[in-house]
Amino acid sequence: MFAKEVLTGIHFFNGDQACCEGALAAGCRFFAGYPITPATEIAESISRRLPELGGIYIQMEDEIASMAAVLGASWGGVKAMTSTSGPGFSLMMENIGLGVCTETPCVVCNVQRGGPSTGLPTLVAQGDMMQARWGSHGHYEIIALAPASPQDMFDFTIRAFNLSEQYRLPVIILADEVIGHMNERVIIPREDEIEIINRPKPTVSREEYLPYKAEADGIAPMATCGDGYRIHITGLTHDERGYPGMDAKTQDQMVNRLVAKIRNNRDKIIKTKNLYLDDANVVIVAYGISARSALQAVRDARNEGIKAGLIKLETVWPFPEELIRSLAPQVKAFIMPEINGGQMVLELERCTGGACPVTLVSNFGGSIIHPGLILSSIHKAIKGKS
Amino acid sequence: MKTFKEKHIIFTGFGGQGIVMAGDILGKAASIFDHKFATMTQNYGPEARGGACSSQVIISLEEILFPCVENPEILVCMSQEAYSKNIKSLRDGGTLIWDTDLVHIRKTDIPEKAYNIPATRFAEELGTKMMANIVMLGFLSAVEHLVHADALKRAILDSVPPSTKDNNINAFNTGREYGHTVIKGLEQPEHVTD
Amino acid sequence: MTTQKAPKTVKPHPMDSLLRTERIPHIWCPGCGIGTVFNAVLAAIKNTGWDPNSIAMVSGIGCTGRMAGYIQLDSFHTTHGRALPFATGLKLARPQTKVIVVSGDGDLFAIGGNHFIHAARRNMDITVICVNNLTYGMTGGQQAPSTPLGAKTTTTVNGSPEEPFNFCYLASSCGATYVARWTAMQVRSLRSSITEALQKTGFSFVEVITPCPSSFGRRNRMGSALEMLKFYHGRSVIRGDIDPKDAAMDIDKEIVVGKFVDIERPTFLDNYAKFNRLQIPHWRSTP
Repeated sequence: MFAKEVLTGIHFFNGDQACCEGALAAGCRFFAGYPITPATEIAESISRRLPELGGIYIQMEDEIASMAAVLGASWGGVKAMTSTSGPGFSLMMENIGLGVCTETPCVVCNVQRGGPSTGLPTLVAQGDMMQARWGSHGHYEIIALAPASPQDMFDFTIRAFNLSEQYRLPVIILADEVIGHMNERVIIPREDEIEIINRPKPTVSREEYLPYKAEADGIAPMATCGDGYRIHITGLTHDERGYPGMDAKTQDQMVNRLVAKIRNNRDKIIKTKNLYLDDANVVIVAYGISARSALQAVRDARNEGIKAGLIKLETVWPFPEELIRSLAPQVKAFIMPEINGGQMVLELERCTGGACPVTLVSNFGGSIIHPGLILSSIHKAIKGKS
Repeated sequence: MKTFKEKHIIFTGFGGQGIVMAGDILGKAASIFDHKFATMTQNYGPEARGGACSSQVIISLEEILFPCVENPEILVCMSQEAYSKNIKSLRDGGTLIWDTDLVHIRKTDIPEKAYNIPATRFAEELGTKMMANIVMLGFLSAVEHLVHADALKRAILDSVPPSTKDNNINAFNTGREYGHTVIKGLEQPEHVTD
Repeated sequence: MTTQKAPKTVKPHPMDSLLRTERIPHIWCPGCGIGTVFNAVLAAIKNTGWDPNSIAMVSGIGCTGRMAGYIQLDSFHTTHGRALPFATGLKLARPQTKVIVVSGDGDLFAIGGNHFIHAARRNMDITVICVNNLTYGMTGGQQAPSTPLGAKTTTTVNGSPEEPFNFCYLASSCGATYVARWTAMQVRSLRSSITEALQKTGFSFVEVITPCPSSFGRRNRMGSALEMLKFYHGRSVIRGDIDPKDAAMDIDKEIVVGKFVDIERPTFLDNYAKFNRLQIPHWRSTP
């Protein structure tokens, strides 16, 4: 009756198409969005595919509405996502906060372009890293993934859905224009080889059910609309019943839990790809498109006999604090390439605690970082210490 | 087929000519049907149609990390503006290919390896100038050994609407045959001016 | 305000089955018209005979938005102005659920105005109840898009320099399938109108003019809640046959009330199914 939801096989997809196929393979059946370069191809691809899979694509009046509709659909029991770029990401922040506060599983893919403001619509940047972390008001934890290829876009979109369902929060994919628009081989595995995680559902009766009472893992089972639990969901600070509690104690309990469910599970959430790290004395920490340039630089350095290594951040938030702390006393220097004026490098510096120098290799957007620039930074780091 | 480690190709022209599609088909042929590595990136202006645009393809025997093409070994020009904009980027010893009717080449620009084909005219004769990009791909496959012609044909069949498959294969064959005659020296480049 | 001690046994209220009684007393001021509208909404829900598990309420921010916190249904108290797009997502994910949006004039038509016109244009199958108290009540009585020209609010102490919207005209011109306006005094008409709106397929809209004695009434010297109610009621003229653009909403002259629109139009889902050649309700595979 329906079309294939998993396009098993080898494809030559751009990152945006791969994101769409990853979402569908993960079980996404609702997409609300607003066209914006360079994320439009995600909306276009999924608008063609969703109806044939029995899902809904709706183009909303703006990104505020898109994010609100995604939350509504998730509470309707359907896996939902939206995609956007800088200006739209800014508009989504309000309801990303609602998603965090109400613990709503969903996925937001931000295909980053140059900013601030309208900036460089068709050109690459990685300037929304801190916005993804703290863009909505109040204190909270977030999960954000940074794909470095169309294959990553497919794999990480599935993982984003799994994490959002498991930990009940909006998960952000921080892609960029080059990844979004670049075609490359994407291998889609068989459906039975793809791990799918679905939100925990309550097993107790309506009388016993408390919508925000966490189980041992810190996550509360989620009843959705029509399950018969007659839930009340609010963006106000709420107690375990989901009812507003306008006092410091309720605030402390609620925010603590929102924070703890991510912090306490960071070993399971954080993923890095460590390459040539064992004997490395200069370590590049990179993410997204910049991780490709970094790997090229590391290989070039190795060819020159320099012991360079790479940590590719697959999750950028939470940041792999423990890994950096443990490496900092052993290495000569850290280098971070990123297409912004220095955002994740602040986190890197914080985690090294001054134990070794940290160098930023960056531009403000418009082009990707040339491996040669990272290589000369490696050269400088080696000289600086000897 | 001669082996190579890595080749950088730029297709360039104006929006609506299928420049990006040509890059997509070449990359697809290499990475899916010829079991090599390939990336295709694109540059375009804000206009949906008519503005200068280009697609950049890298074909390699190894994993490609840096996907940007700065100095291509092969530059395919399908508009005057695109030619003027990109000619300086062609690598020394590189190959220049252009649409005979759409691009006027300065004599001083002509590298050792230079080929031209009236791809748009041929496509019009075959029924639609929309297929000029496919004619060009056929021509490219004859003058430069990047991927197997069969892989290209499979990539074309995988990319075009089902009702246009035969026409597109015709277009590809037309370009390829013309390429073979050019290689044999039966046709000379035309329209070279200063 | 009653200072009397609560009786030991509380008589069950006829609407208890639809209330989160543990959350009562509510936060609304004495004399506020929202309670009346809430009661009418509950009665209308009862009138429909629908299974409460098949109904959801979505609200935005503001006094009226708190209704979602007191109703014993799946209920969602969202961000300011965003009730309609949230409800849109909810409805499309669960077409079998009846979705009611309740919110105030500020939430629906100022910060949420863009969402309102597009939800109506798409003909989302949602019922919207707008409690129009002519001001921002919860934040202490500031100017709203409904505030009459010249009316005093905390942000227009010398009188509002802006012309207000006519919400019913706006709703009908955006394509709503059902449009009605009542004052909070016309309880019977209000109940049956909300019942009709709930049963109507498509984007149905009911506006209720209610007193806000604490803010709007006090600043504009309108007297007690009862006096305000009587005043609005006295100004109201029932005109069911009128074009919504002529259905004046002017507290200084007349408040035209009645049902202004009752038409049929394919909903978003009807058209989505038609153009994508899908069968409702079998189109959505369960995730």
